[in-house]
Amino acid sequence: MPDRYRERAMAPWGWVTRWDLVLLPLVIAVFFVLAWAGSHTPAGQYVGTNPTLSLDPALLPIYALKTTLRMACALVFSFAFTLLVGTWAAKSARAEKILVPLLDIGQSVPILGFLPFALLWALKFIHDPIVSADIAAIFAIFTSQVWNMAFSYYHSLKLMPKELKQAASVFQLSTWQRFRRLELPHAMPGLVWNTMMSVSGGWFFVVAAEAITVSDHRVLLPGIGSYISVAISHRDLGAIGWAILAMFVVIMLYDQLAFRPLVAWAEKFKMHPSSEEAPRSWFLNLLRRSGLVESLRLAIGQLRATLHRPRPPHRKAPIRERARIIRLSPRLGDASWNVLLGAVAVATVVFMGRYILVDVGGGEIAQVFLMGFYTLVRVVVLTALASLIWVPIGVWIGLSNKWARRAQPFVLFLSAFPANLLFPLVVVVILSWQLNLEIWLSPLMVLGAQWYILFNVIAGAQQVPGDLREVADNLGLKGWRRWKRLYLPAILPSYVTGGLTAAGAAWNASIVAEIVSWGPHTLIAKGLGSYIALQAADGDQPRLVLGIAVMIIYVLLMNRLIWSRLYRLAERRYADV
Amino acid sequence: MNEREAMIELRGVGKQFKGPERQPIEVLEEVNLTLHDGEIVALLGKSGSGKSTILRMIAGLVPPTCGEILYRGKAIRGSEAGISMVFQNFGLFPWLDVFENVRLGLEAQKLETAEQRRRTLEAIDMIGLDGFESAYPKELSGGMRQRVGLARAVVAAPDVLLMDEPFSALDVPTAETLRDDLLDLWQERKIPTRAILMVSHGIEESLLLADRLLILDGTPGRIKGKLPITLEHPRDRNANHFRSFVDRIYRVITSPEIPLFGASEKPGLDYRLPSANVQQLLGMLDAVREESDNDRLELAELADELEMELDEIFPLIEALELLDFAHVEAGRLRLAEQGAGFLDADILERKVIFGQALLEHVPLARRIVSAIEAEEDHKVDEDLFLSELNESLTEEETRRVLEVVVAWGRYAEIFAYDYDSGEFSLENPTAEEVSGEE
Repeated sequence: MPDRYRERAMAPWGWVTRWDLVLLPLVIAVFFVLAWAGSHTPAGQYVGTNPTLSLDPALLPIYALKTTLRMACALVFSFAFTLLVGTWAAKSARAEKILVPLLDIGQSVPILGFLPFALLWALKFIHDPIVSADIAAIFAIFTSQVWNMAFSYYHSLKLMPKELKQAASVFQLSTWQRFRRLELPHAMPGLVWNTMMSVSGGWFFVVAAEAITVSDHRVLLPGIGSYISVAISHRDLGAIGWAILAMFVVIMLYDQLAFRPLVAWAEKFKMHPSSEEAPRSWFLNLLRRSGLVESLRLAIGQLRATLHRPRPPHRKAPIRERARIIRLSPRLGDASWNVLLGAVAVATVVFMGRYILVDVGGGEIAQVFLMGFYTLVRVVVLTALASLIWVPIGVWIGLSNKWARRAQPFVLFLSAFPANLLFPLVVVVILSWQLNLEIWLSPLMVLGAQWYILFNVIAGAQQVPGDLREVADNLGLKGWRRWKRLYLPAILPSYVTGGLTAAGAAWNASIVAEIVSWGPHTLIAKGLGSYIALQAADGDQPRLVLGIAVMIIYVLLMNRLIWSRLYRLAERRYADV
Repeated sequence: MNEREAMIELRGVGKQFKGPERQPIEVLEEVNLTLHDGEIVALLGKSGSGKSTILRMIAGLVPPTCGEILYRGKAIRGSEAGISMVFQNFGLFPWLDVFENVRLGLEAQKLETAEQRRRTLEAIDMIGLDGFESAYPKELSGGMRQRVGLARAVVAAPDVLLMDEPFSALDVPTAETLRDDLLDLWQERKIPTRAILMVSHGIEESLLLADRLLILDGTPGRIKGKLPITLEHPRDRNANHFRSFVDRIYRVITSPEIPLFGASEKPGLDYRLPSANVQQLLGMLDAVREESDNDRLELAELADELEMELDEIFPLIEALELLDFAHVEAGRLRLAEQGAGFLDADILERKVIFGQALLEHVPLARRIVSAIEAEEDHKVDEDLFLSELNESLTEEETRRVLEVVVAWGRYAEIFAYDYDSGEFSLENPTAEEVSGEE
């Protein structure tokens, strides 16, 4: 199994680059435009009041199917985006400069925060609340999935061995043949793994995105997420149990019929098969051995053979000519491009500042940053706590081959299971024991995120070389010294990936975890997550943009100040054992 | 030599590993050896003979299944402070610099920081790592890395130094330099070590260093021969005397007292097929023909000609014997009739001859073909053979044996194998399949 849980776009230098200074305002500008346009959409006109959904468990299979279809739909878009943007970033140096930092910012955006924008925007054109909400939900899932997929594809194109590229040129492959025979297969293992990770993470968002509240109007999309949301308002524990069961079955099927077969299948595209045990899937074996699939393949082959027309070899313009086209005064082009971007960024900051400052005073902005700080404290403390618990356990599991093999599929399953389905159970406990909200709502944020840490630590510990363990035995390293000298440094690269993903997930989860409800009770913990959720529900666009912008800034700063540094340190010193 | 103190003694040591079905798999049997004060002993054997396991048992990393291991007269329990080890792939901690890596050898001992530092620097100076204290392992060349491994092993002043193929990951000139330096340190008593046990698959390398050679062979592994090396230092590998030692070692290894290649016993289904590819076999047969007048060649000369070490050359010889293409007689490889025919044939005939040899001499190949023929759709899942082999081989070994038979069978075209589905079949791929291929 790949050692990295998710690929991430890492800004290459420093903790703030000039590209951040340009791109961050641009990204926020997109929200600004969305919000500004959306604010003129009378949501109430299209969205009816008091929508409802039947809690009959017999309907759950249909709801589950609809939820799954939403995921599939988002996945198609993610894939298209990945191939386009990944290729573009890899092949144009100018695009690369912008796109890579953009992917990094993209993965820091609190997806659930801009869901209301997306809905309003869709309503503006479509007027039908259900269709609009579907589009908004799919868009939200798409944005939760796409970044690491695109980055993985870009990365694999960049790391393509020179010889393969040269071979493709020598044999005059057309762009399509090159893509089909070289680029896609080469990217396949990383792309499949990252896609499956994205889908696993996406279940959380699809559940959260199905019941959207905007400007005090609620839209319910038929699906497991809405089902549970209605069950919460009816305080129906039985229905919640059914929903959890249904989700359990869905994830199980997804795990067995999609995730594992794909990962096992992608193994054959690896250039250097790893020494670890190759992932296996009973379903894939079944497919590979069944006569049905075999005859299907033959039939397709025959069909293709009949349709096939030999094409003349693809000829590219001679190199000298092409060089001239590309070289069209590069310096001047770059400079004017940079100036243009800079000007747009400055203009955006000015306009946005004015838009927000009309409603919101400087004091309130400081207030929002303070809220962000509360959430930051929660994220840091809980990530640290989860690490304290799962690092030793993960190392222990990973060092034992037997246990690692048993635990890993289980942990993968847990990380795909949308933790927000379990929130009501925790809320019931908090309510009945009258616990402090500021403290006890916080664990909800890492309920799902913690598995990223565990999974990566297990993977890391599995890769501690047997050699080094023997050296440690031979030199008599025991107890804490053994941890300090061997285990902790050895798992650091994997841990950083896990911690980074977990922290990012926790920020995102804060929007649904700092404010939860149970029937008429709404429990709110003070923080940026609940601030964003409240502004979204009120339909207060300037404040919502402000909240999202502040969260992006916090996440980016945390990534740059903590995780990137650790990551680079780990890459430099601890990788390549 | 006998009046010298015995540093390490193995008495009737045997080792079994657990197979996948928890059945015991014998790796070593009835191993007796003594490492005396003041000597360097080399343990020679081909891969899989269990030589590394012996070293690891002495280091306390692996417990023996039976027999006892004594260190200065006392049974060892786990790792002993007086026994240290140098690893084949250096075993350096990539996150520690040279100084810290070497100091690691002292950390388990309760020493004052200043004392630790003094002794670490002393070891670094002695091994010639001066100036590299703050370098990380990845900045160093292979030779320098192994020096760090060596410094770490001797920093705690062990009595016994175990070396697990310490030079095999290095290129030839680097290995040569490091070996000479080690010998200097040893002969001038600069390192406090009183005995060295080295595992190797290089005959010349062992002859250059050791005072005594032990040859390990068979399945399960046993000590097959002992040979005191009476050559004076510095040893010259081109001297006649040296060459005659090389020759003697080949004779001991190929001596028929202990059947080696299964030639005298009928190989069974679970015979551990040697990892030899057909092109190499052809190369070896060709070398025998080219370098000799009567189709007979000294093994030592053959190894020289092919530039191969013990580990690489014996799987080939074993395969040739198994297939009845060539035979070892008194330290020479003799081309057999079948082998000569194989060598002289053209590309397509060779496949036929090889296929016949496979079906005649390799029970596993026979088993696969008959199983395929017995099935209606001429397809058999590899799991069938894997589980049959698993009864007496480890999981790793099972995989390896199956890979060998797949490669051989594919070459001979006696069966086809689909990597994706793990199925054996008879059919050649049809035209439609080729065009419809993914």
